[in-house]
Parts: sequence; structure tokens; C-alpha cells
Amino acid sequence: MNYNAGFFDVIIIGGGHAGCEAALACARIGLKTVLFAINLDSIAMMPCNPNIGGTSKGHLVREIDALGGEMAKNIDKTFIQSRMLNTGKGPAVYSLRAQADKFEYAKQMKKTLENTNNLYIKQGEVTQILVEKNKVCGVILESGAIYNSKAVVICTGTYLKSRCLFGQTIIQSGPNGFKSSNKLGDSLKKLGIKMFRFKTGTPARIDKRSIDFSKMQIQYGDKKIVPFSFETSFLEREQIPCYLTYTNAQTCEIIKQNLSKSPMYSGIIEGTGTRYCPSIEDKVVRFSDKLRHQVFIEPEGENTNEMYAAGLSTSLPEDVQIKMYRTVTGLERCEFMRTGYAIEYDCIDATQLKLSLEFKNIAGLFSAGQFNGSSGYEEAAAQGIIAGINAAMYVQKKSPLIIDRSEGYIGVLIDDMVTKGSNEPYRMLTSRAEYRLLLRQDNADLRLTPKGFEVGLIKSERYEKFLDKQEKIRREIERVSKVFVKADEKTNKILCEHNSHEISNGLYLSELIKRPQMNYEILEAIDNARPNLDEQVREQVNIQIKYEGYINRQINQVEKFKRLENKKLPLDLDYKNVKGLSIEAVEHLNKIKPENVGQALRIAGVSHADISVLLIFLKHQS
Amino acid sequence: MEARKISDDIIAAISTPIGTGGIGIVRMSGTGSLSILKKIFKCHCNDFQSHHIYYGSIVDETENIIDEVLVNIMFAPKSYTREDVIEINCHGGLLCVKQILQLVLNSGARLAEPGEFTKRAYLNGRLDLLQAEAVIDVINSKTDLSKQVAVNQLSGSLSNKINECLQIILDIIARIEAAIDYPDEYEIFDASQEILNVSEKIKKLLDSADVGKIIHNGINIAIVGKPNVGKSSLLNNLAQKDSAIVTDIPGTTRDIICEYINIDGISAKILDTAGIHLTENVVENLGIEKAKICAQNADIILLLFDWSREFDNDDKNLLSLYNSDKTLFVANKIDLTQKFFAPDNFQLTKISAKKNFGLDDLRKNIKKIVFGKNIFDKSNEIFVCNVRHKTALKNSYDSLMRAIKTISDGLPIDLTVIDLRDAYDFLGEIIGQSVSDKITDEIFSKFCVGK
Repeated sequence: MNYNAGFFDVIIIGGGHAGCEAALACARIGLKTVLFAINLDSIAMMPCNPNIGGTSKGHLVREIDALGGEMAKNIDKTFIQSRMLNTGKGPAVYSLRAQADKFEYAKQMKKTLENTNNLYIKQGEVTQILVEKNKVCGVILESGAIYNSKAVVICTGTYLKSRCLFGQTIIQSGPNGFKSSNKLGDSLKKLGIKMFRFKTGTPARIDKRSIDFSKMQIQYGDKKIVPFSFETSFLEREQIPCYLTYTNAQTCEIIKQNLSKSPMYSGIIEGTGTRYCPSIEDKVVRFSDKLRHQVFIEPEGENTNEMYAAGLSTSLPEDVQIKMYRTVTGLERCEFMRTGYAIEYDCIDATQLKLSLEFKNIAGLFSAGQFNGSSGYEEAAAQGIIAGINAAMYVQKKSPLIIDRSEGYIGVLIDDMVTKGSNEPYRMLTSRAEYRLLLRQDNADLRLTPKGFEVGLIKSERYEKFLDKQEKIRREIERVSKVFVKADEKTNKILCEHNSHEISNGLYLSELIKRPQMNYEILEAIDNARPNLDEQVREQVNIQIKYEGYINRQINQVEKFKRLENKKLPLDLDYKNVKGLSIEAVEHLNKIKPENVGQALRIAGVSHADISVLLIFLKHQS
Repeated sequence: MEARKISDDIIAAISTPIGTGGIGIVRMSGTGSLSILKKIFKCHCNDFQSHHIYYGSIVDETENIIDEVLVNIMFAPKSYTREDVIEINCHGGLLCVKQILQLVLNSGARLAEPGEFTKRAYLNGRLDLLQAEAVIDVINSKTDLSKQVAVNQLSGSLSNKINECLQIILDIIARIEAAIDYPDEYEIFDASQEILNVSEKIKKLLDSADVGKIIHNGINIAIVGKPNVGKSSLLNNLAQKDSAIVTDIPGTTRDIICEYINIDGISAKILDTAGIHLTENVVENLGIEKAKICAQNADIILLLFDWSREFDNDDKNLLSLYNSDKTLFVANKIDLTQKFFAPDNFQLTKISAKKNFGLDDLRKNIKKIVFGKNIFDKSNEIFVCNVRHKTALKNSYDSLMRAIKTISDGLPIDLTVIDLRDAYDFLGEIIGQSVSDKITDEIFSKFCVGK
């Protein structure tokens, strides 16, 4: 029987990476928040790879931190190896990646949630969303408990009607054997929400004791560890290595022979998979000319023998999986601890959402994470914090926080998802960001911390520190641009040592920093009046001076971009009434209801001609 | 709604060249075109259907028959502009067409601006930007060759060339991006040579822009020579043969006469200058100064000499105008006895304007100058005629050059991508494509990445 269980400002459904950030954001802003998870042991679980960060995902984690989120701090507490990738490829694409102790990660995150004021954690399955007059007003749990609220954030990940598959084996469950959620989806469909079916997968976990590491290439972490959080000042930890090995012709052969037994190829799986995390079967089929594929063997934690086999995601029958894994160098005698599987689940067409992640047709209902059709912990967390913040803004009757494509990877991620939609799980990539020289991982705080402060997630103590850092950067850049370097022996000696040509006339220090072979640090020796500054400041000074020309070019591009972005379109506009639009454009514009002209241009099927028509229309309106 | 007004009015124009051809067409576009037609068209039928031709007469307010006509009706959206379009085919010649247009305008249409039909077709999504521009070029092209180039462009040969370059740039970007997004799986590489190769392709298109401009806008040819050397007869001869309309350009001095001619498809404006000779006469000197300036600004100078007179100081004086890139030495009056002996290095084209002799050679030599050393047959090649395209090509080329410099300066590969993306987007502007739409697909179709 139903009973009235109480009132909360915001209800979060799901305790994965999106749910955790959403819940923390709402509670920290000061709203009474409850988070429901089907099983509290699944909070902040990492059911797939044991890492946080990597290319573009590392950027997302830093942005989450800059806004006042938790993911960065939590991985700083629990990583067992850390590497900065792409250091040779330019400042915009430096990418931090850490191996997580995934059990410790979940434990620490749960501890943080449990000890956050205003936040209540409850085990229970939400089966129904309550909506009145297109406005959300609460949820019903399987137990019959009715919770009322002003806002609801759905972060159900891969749990909706999920089933795990390998070979002919089908297990009706969510990841890792946790119970799936089979009723909520129907409630959503009744609300008119359009659902998709997506698929993803994970490799087997192998017993460490059964692996011959001597045949593999060992990969250590960086000596100097860069933390994820701008607030973590110094980190030192014993790191655990990963290992690299390869598949071979034999591996391919076994896969090809058994392809028909894969549920993906036999037609059992209905969901759409992603090109971004292909199974080994997909890789062998799609790139048949490639003789070998990389396999990374990564520890799942400090106190476990489970090892993750990155690159060997599969849904072949268990016996074939074992046979196939044992062809890989160093895995000849490997013992499985968990079998690889594909997982199918319901998610939504994200074009039903506004840029704030609120449903267009249901006020107060927000959603984030894999439920929205993304893939990856970081993508989920990034949406989680935004959905959480905007649920809080909604409750407080303030305007939503929208990060645009020129302000953050989070902006690119959300704009891509709600504007273009996706017919496969969406993964963040650096190549998706047009202005990435401005969206570096090192300056995420400069871009987003003021926004975090504005919404109330960054507390004033941190904000003061941030302002101080910002001011120090500004002053130092100004100073360095005015320091005049004489063409003397000392200067030329340093230039010579670094293969940079000598100078015969004096010039400003900033000019020397710009030289490819030089940087801010090297030139310290001829910079007598240099103040004592901490590393984050020095890094900013160096990058901002060194790449000034390119940065300015991107700033100009952003100004152009903002012109269309700032032209707002009414959400209730019926595009049928705009004469001159192509039929295709009318259809797509009416489906997406873009919030501005820039967004309209990014919708598939809307041409530049249609945009001219819209611009003329707007002019006539005003 | 206010926005309806953008295209709610009916536009009309004469859509065939005025004064030439046996048939003239008056065209209308816009909702309500049919009701205008009904006011001025008498025929046996009342129920007009789309894509049918109707025979009848156009009558004025007092029911006087203006002309017998055929009327084509095309209802929206299956028409050129995707609006209701009506074309009245009447008898050619100036009077008839003008009268019918006037009637249409009196009945509620307004005169279309140049290119407005095409603009509507573009705004209504019927044509892409490149096609729309090409159509406007077809309309505006003054001569046959430029029409040929415009038609090629419309059917996509320029688009093909550009797509080819875009694909190469995209390929380079995708390989770099794959190395950036999947550092464990792909390594960076030096793309300089490939960038250089594609930049050369773009340079070639860019170089064609100057020839394209000539085809599109025509060239200026100045005829210069001492008095009574036969400049005017040459001008008249060239003009007559090509039946050009002779026009005095208002505002120019009386002593520079200008005519339009057509040399095998190149449209040329011929300027007949005052005779250049040494004189004390102030007024005459002014004219001579003008002639000199005119010659300097021209694309081609025809230095005209008199075969029947000796090479004198006036002739010698002309040599100061010589410019090897654009000068032709022409001896006129070769039907008379030769008294003219040129210095050795003169490559003379010998003609008789009066007897119509040697003029084909002269035309051939003019074309040689226009198109460099090659004998002219370029209608199948691609020329960039349009200023917007030229700018876009130039920007793209510059971006590629910057990318190469970024690499040679030893700057990080990521910055190269910024230049390459610029190069792609500038080039893509021509056909309305941007790199961000394509890059992800490219990476995942070509590279085996992801774990």
C-alpha cells in the first residue's frame, strides 16, 4: 500500500557517478535532497574500466572540480597510478589519467555522500515519477512510499530493463549482478518520453596470479603526480604498474570461427553499440587487416587480485572467451574471475532535453548520465553536476547554469547530446571541441570557478583563493611583458644552451618565452625580480604567454560563435509559421526547439539558408 | 506574422536578354501570381493546372490585345523558387516584352531586383549557396565562355575539386586527432609534406582566379598609336565583326572611345585613345596624358604602327608604354607599300583593318596574352570567378602555410590542428561544410581505436 513518506526539495534517482554529483550539488547548495539507489552497495561503482580521466575525460573531471564537484577529489584520494598523457602534443590536449582502486573509490564517495549535510541516502527502487500539469511533483517507490519534491533528477545509468549477455547466456540484471529496474521505464513512456535501447560491454577480469607479466611491457605511473583537483596541493603515493600485451593471429582466428555465437552477431542484441568502446569482435571484423590489437592489463585495486583486460571487451560464450584470452601473450594460463559481457539497457533520446538538462515538456524533471545516452563515468558525472545545479536553480527559481561550447567540454558534451542527439552511446573526444586551446585542463578553474561560485557550489573561502590566483597570474604576465632583457653574455649563454639563436638587441622577456625552445621556467636565471609563485600560477603564465597568438585567434573565433549564440529563439515558436524554411528544417527545429540561433545551426538538416531565414524572422519580430 | 512579408510579395522581371532572340519571357514568382495572370490573360481555359502550358493573349486594361502568348504555370513548391511561378512567353523585341512587364507590374507585382529569383530559390532551400552564386553568374555573364565556366561550376566541377582538397585535409586532421584522443594506440607523425601537397592544389585553384576574373569580368584593351595610324578603323572592324553595341561611356573625355567586343568568348572592352605624339598644344597634351594612363591601366596594350610610314619619333615615344606581359606590336595598313621597318626585336602582328586582313591572327595573339603561352582552349577547366571563393581559397591556403610553419617551428602538434581546421573550414565555406560535423566519423571509420 502506498504511504506518504515525506517531502524533499530534490529527489535523485540513482547513485552512480551522475547521481552522486547531482546529489552533492543540490545538498551543498543547501537544498534538502534525497538519493535513492536500488542497492546502496552500488554507489559510485565502476562496473567497467578502473580509470578516471584520459583524453578529454580528464578535462571533464577538472571542470567538475572547478564547479565544485567531487569526482576529482575522490580520485585524488583513491588512485593507484597517475599519468599525464599527450605531454608532447600541446597544452590543450594534456590529459590526466589515473588508475583507480575502484573499491576504494566507491567506498570514499559513499562516505562523502553520507557525511554531507542536507543529503539523505536511501535504498529503494523508484517505480514511478509523479507529474501534475506537466510539472514534476514526486516519485513512488516499489515499497509504496510516496516522496514529494519540487524537482527530480533521473540518473539510472544502465539499470533500466537491463540484461547482461554473453554467448547464449542472458542474465536479467544490471551491471555486476545488481538488480535491474524494470518498472520506471514504463512510467516514463507514459509521460511521453521517447526511449532508445543502447548496448555497451566489458571485458573479463583475470586472476593476477595466473598472468605471466614477464612477457608483457610494464607501464609505470609518472614520477611527478599532478592531482585532478585544483584544491589538492601535493600528492605522493606508491604507484602500481599496468602492463601492455597484444593479441595475435590466433586470437583473431578464434574470434572469427565463433563470431556467430556472439549475441551481437547472432541478432540477440537489439541495442545500438558504440564505436568508441568496440568489443574485440568488432575490432577484428571492422579492421580485419590489423594483425594485432593492444591489450592493457590493469589492476582493479590495491587489495584485490582482479585484473582488468582493457581492449578485450567481449560477449562471446564463456568457453570461447577463455580460449581466446589464452592466446594472448602472457595470458596463456589465465584464470577468469568474472566473465566479459555485453549489457543492454533503455535510455532516452537526449534531444527531449533543454541545455539545462531539464525535460522540455516536464518542468522540474532533469536527467543525467548514461540514461541520457552517454557512455563513461566522467561524461555521467559532468551531466550529473549540471543537472543537480539546475534542479537546485529550478527549486530556487533562478535561471539555469548553461555552459556553452566555448566555455567547457561540459558545454560541448551537453550541446552535442541535446542538439544533435546520438544513435550510439556518446563519448567525449577532444576532437569534438572547436575551441580546445581555450578549454585546457590547466585552466578549468579560470573558466568555471566563477560560475560555481555564482550558483553557490563554490564556497567563499575557495573563491577568495581563486581570485588571488587569478590576480597573481594577471600581474605576473604584465610584469614579464615589461621585463627588458639585455643582449648580454649571460642571456645568450642560456639561449645557446637550449639551441635557441642568440640575440644582438635587447627584447622583452615575454618575447623570449614565446620561442619554441624556451619557456618561463628556463628563463628564471635572467629574471632577477621574479616573485615567488606557486606552480599553478607559473604554469598559467607560461602557457598564456607562449601560445598567445593561437589563443587570441581562438578568442576571435569564439566572438564570432557567440554572435549567433546570443540570438535567442523562443521555445514556444512553431517553425511552421516561419515562412521560407525548408520542410526538413521545420521538422527538425520543431523537434529540437533550439534555444538560440547558434544551436539551430548545429541541428542536422538545418542549412545556412534556413539560418538566414531565421535571422530575418528575428529581425522582423523585434 | 511579420516574417511572411519576406516573400509574400510577387516579383516580376524580363528573364530573357532584351532585344535579342525571337521569344521574350516575362516571369513572376510569389503567392498570388495566378490572380495577376488572370487579370491580363485571355484564354479558353479557366482551371489552370501546374506544369501545363496555356495558349492565349495578353490584353491591357481596355481589352486591347498586346500579344499572342504561351504561358507556363508552375505551382509551389515544384518550381525554381519553390513559390508559384508563371512565365509568359511572348514575341521577342523590346516593345512587346516591356509592355507585358508593365501590365504585370500595374496589376500588383513589383520589379525583381537583380538575382532575386535565385535569392528566393536559395532562401527557400532550393539551391545551395554555391549553386545560387553560379546561377547568378550565368545570368550576369556577358559572354559565352564565362557562361560555360558558370555552368561547369553549377554542375559541380568546382565543388568536386574543393571536396577533393577537403577530403585530404580531413584525412590529415583525423590522423592527428586519432593520435591525440588515443595516445596509447596511435602515434603522431610529420604531416608537412602532405599539407604542402594539398596547399599546392589550392594554389592552383587560386591562380585560376585571375583568369577566372578575366572570363567573368572581361578585359580592357587599349589601342595606342600616333595620329592617323588606323586606331579607329581597327576599333570599328573589331566591333563590326562582333556586332557590339557601341557606347560612349559618359563622364569620360571625348577623346577616349570605348566599345565592347567578344573575342572567342572573352569579353573585352576596347579603348580607342587619342593619338600620342609630341605637341605644344595644351589641350591635346591633356588627351595624350589620359591615353597614357589608360594604356597603363589596361590588361592589354595594342601598340599600333603604320606600315606605310617610317618608324619615327612619335613611334619611338610609344615604346615607353611597353610592358612585356601585356603588349602587342601591331602594324596596320599592310595592304600599302612597306615603309615601316621596326627594330629587330619587334614581334609584329600584321593587319589591314580596312581590308579586313590579319585580324584572326590579332585575336589569337590577344588570347595568347590572356592565357599565358598556351593556345586557348580552357572551357573545360575550372576557373574561380567569384570574389567570395577567391577569398576563401586564399584564407585556406594561408592557414595551410601557417600549419607548415607551426610544424617547422617545433610547436606542438595540437596547434597544427588549429591551422588545419581553419584551412578546412575556410575551404568548406565555399560549399557550406564545416570540419566539426565530419571529424568524428572520419576517425572511427579509419582507425581501430577504443578499448
